[in-house]
Amino acid sequence: MKTLVIAEHDNGALKPETSKTINAAVKLGLDVDVLVAGLNIGAMSEKLASIAGVNAVLTADNAVYEHQLAESMTDLVLSLADNYSHIVASATTTGKNFMPRVAALLDVAQISEIIAVIDADTFKRPIYAGNAIATVKSLDSKKVITVRASSFDLQGDQAQAPVTTVEMVSASQLSRFVSVEQTESERPELTAADVVISGGRGMQNGENFALLNGIADKLGAAIGASRAAVDAGFVPNDMQVGQTGKIVAPNLYIAVGISGAIQHLAGMKDSKVIVAINKDPDAPIFQVADYGLVADLFDVLPQLESAL
Amino acid sequence: MKVLVPIKRVIDYNVKARVKSDNSDVDLANVKMAMNPFCEIAIEEAIRLKEAGTATEVVAVTIGAKTSQEQLRTALALGADKAIHIETDEKLESLHIAKLLAKIVEQEAPELVILGKQSIDSDNNQTGQMLAALTNRGQGTFASKVVVADGKVNVTREVDGGLQTVALSLPAIVTTDLRLNEPRYASLPNIMKAKRKPLDVIAADTLGVDLTPRVQLVSVEEPAKRSGGIIVEDVAQLVEKLKTEAKVI
Repeated sequence: MKTLVIAEHDNGALKPETSKTINAAVKLGLDVDVLVAGLNIGAMSEKLASIAGVNAVLTADNAVYEHQLAESMTDLVLSLADNYSHIVASATTTGKNFMPRVAALLDVAQISEIIAVIDADTFKRPIYAGNAIATVKSLDSKKVITVRASSFDLQGDQAQAPVTTVEMVSASQLSRFVSVEQTESERPELTAADVVISGGRGMQNGENFALLNGIADKLGAAIGASRAAVDAGFVPNDMQVGQTGKIVAPNLYIAVGISGAIQHLAGMKDSKVIVAINKDPDAPIFQVADYGLVADLFDVLPQLESAL
Repeated sequence: MKVLVPIKRVIDYNVKARVKSDNSDVDLANVKMAMNPFCEIAIEEAIRLKEAGTATEVVAVTIGAKTSQEQLRTALALGADKAIHIETDEKLESLHIAKLLAKIVEQEAPELVILGKQSIDSDNNQTGQMLAALTNRGQGTFASKVVVADGKVNVTREVDGGLQTVALSLPAIVTTDLRLNEPRYASLPNIMKAKRKPLDVIAADTLGVDLTPRVQLVSVEEPAKRSGGIIVEDVAQLVEKLKTEAKVI
C-alpha cells in the first residue's frame, strides 16, 4: 500500500508545512503520492513533483476546491482513499478541519499532530498541551494522520515525478465560501517564521509592542504575544503563542517581558534557541532559556535594535 | 431552534499534568477537574443565542463517568435547559464520542450543535468534525463569530493567516475558538436552580455503538527537558553569543 499526503498551500504557493509533512510521510516507509487541490495550481503541482520522496502528484484543479472547504475536500480524499493505507496532512487549520471528517467516514480513528514516526503504526504525539508525550499505536487498517510540521525537517529536491489529474469534482452543498480576510502583514507567519519575538504582560500596553517592530524588521521575525498580553487587550488573539494559540518552533525565539506560564511554554519550548528578557530573575521563562538577560525591557529593546 | 452542546470534564487548565511513574498515562488521581475551556465557550454561545431569541432550547450533553454530572450541573447553572449524561467508565476515543453524540443528535434533532474545538487533555481536535461527517452536516470549525439567519449559519473561522467566513445550511455543526466570546460565571441562585433542572442518564452501551478501541496507548512520558542556559550580562554579550555560539543571527 501507499501513503497519500494532502498538500498545504494558498493557491499561489506551497506552504513549508507541505515539505515537512512529506518528510514525516517518507518515514512511514511506503511510496508517497501527494494530492494538491485548489484553483489554478498547475505551477504548484510541478514544484511538488520536485520535492524529494514524492512518487506521484495528483492534481485536482477546480473552483470547487479553491477554498479547500472541509466538505468538498473530504469527498475528494475519500474518492482516492481505496488506494492508500496512510492518509497524511499537516496539522494546519486546513488539515485539522477536513481530516477528522475523512477519518469518520472511513470509520477509523485519526492520530492528531504527530511529532515522531516510530513505525508505520506507531507515533508520538503531545497531549496535555505538551506536558506529556504519548506513544500511540493505531489498530485500524487505514491510518488518518495529521503532522505537527514544526517537528519535521524540510525535504530536498529530486528529478520531477509524474503529475496526473484527478477528475472527481465534489458536489457538496453543505457549505459555501463567503469571504476571507487575510491578516495584512509584511512579516512572516508566526508558525513559519525562522525568528519569533514575543511580548508579554511586561510590555505594559499595546503601544509598547511597537518597540518590537524594529528588531523584528532587522531579524525578519514574526511578532507574537503571551496569553497574558492578549487577555490584557494589548494585542489581538491571532498573535498568541501557546497551548491555546499558535505552536511555534523557530530557530530563534525571543521572549520579552514574558514570565513563562505553562500555557506559553507549551507553544514555544521546541524552539531551537530561546532568549528571555525579563527584569524578574525568578521568572520561570529563564528555566527554558538558552540565554537570559535580567534587565528592564524598556532599556534593552532600543539597545538590541541598534546592536543588530 | 434547539441547540445541543456536548461538553467534556477535563483537568483544570491551571493544573500541570503529571505523568505516572510507570509511564502508563497521566496521573489524574486527586487532581482538580473542570469543564474544558472551549466547551465553556460553546455553552456561552448557545446561551447567548437563546438570550437573543434565536435559540429556544439549550441541551447540554456529556459522556463519561458519574463524576461528569458536575460539569452538566455547571452547564445547567450557566443557562442550559436540560442535560443528558451518557454514562460510561471506559476511556473513549473521539470516534466513539462522535458516534454516541450522533445518536443523541438523532434523538434530539437540534438545528445547531456547538462544541469546543478541542479538549485540553487529549488535544485531538476531532470530535466536532467527526460528528459533522457522521450526521452529514456542514461544519464551521474554530469559530470566532456565529450568525444564525434565514435557515443558515454564517461562521467566521480562525484560520492560519486570517479569518474565513463560510455559510452552512442548517442543521449544522460549529466548533468554538477562543475569541468567540468570554464565558460568564454561574450565579449562586442559578447554581441552586440548576439542581432542579432535568438531567437524564443513558448507559453508553445501550446506544448500539461499537466502542472497541482503535488506538492503543503504548506509553506516556515527560517531554524532554531543555538543558539550562546561561545568564548574559548585557545586550552586547547577548548579540555576540547569538552570532558566534548559537549562530542563529
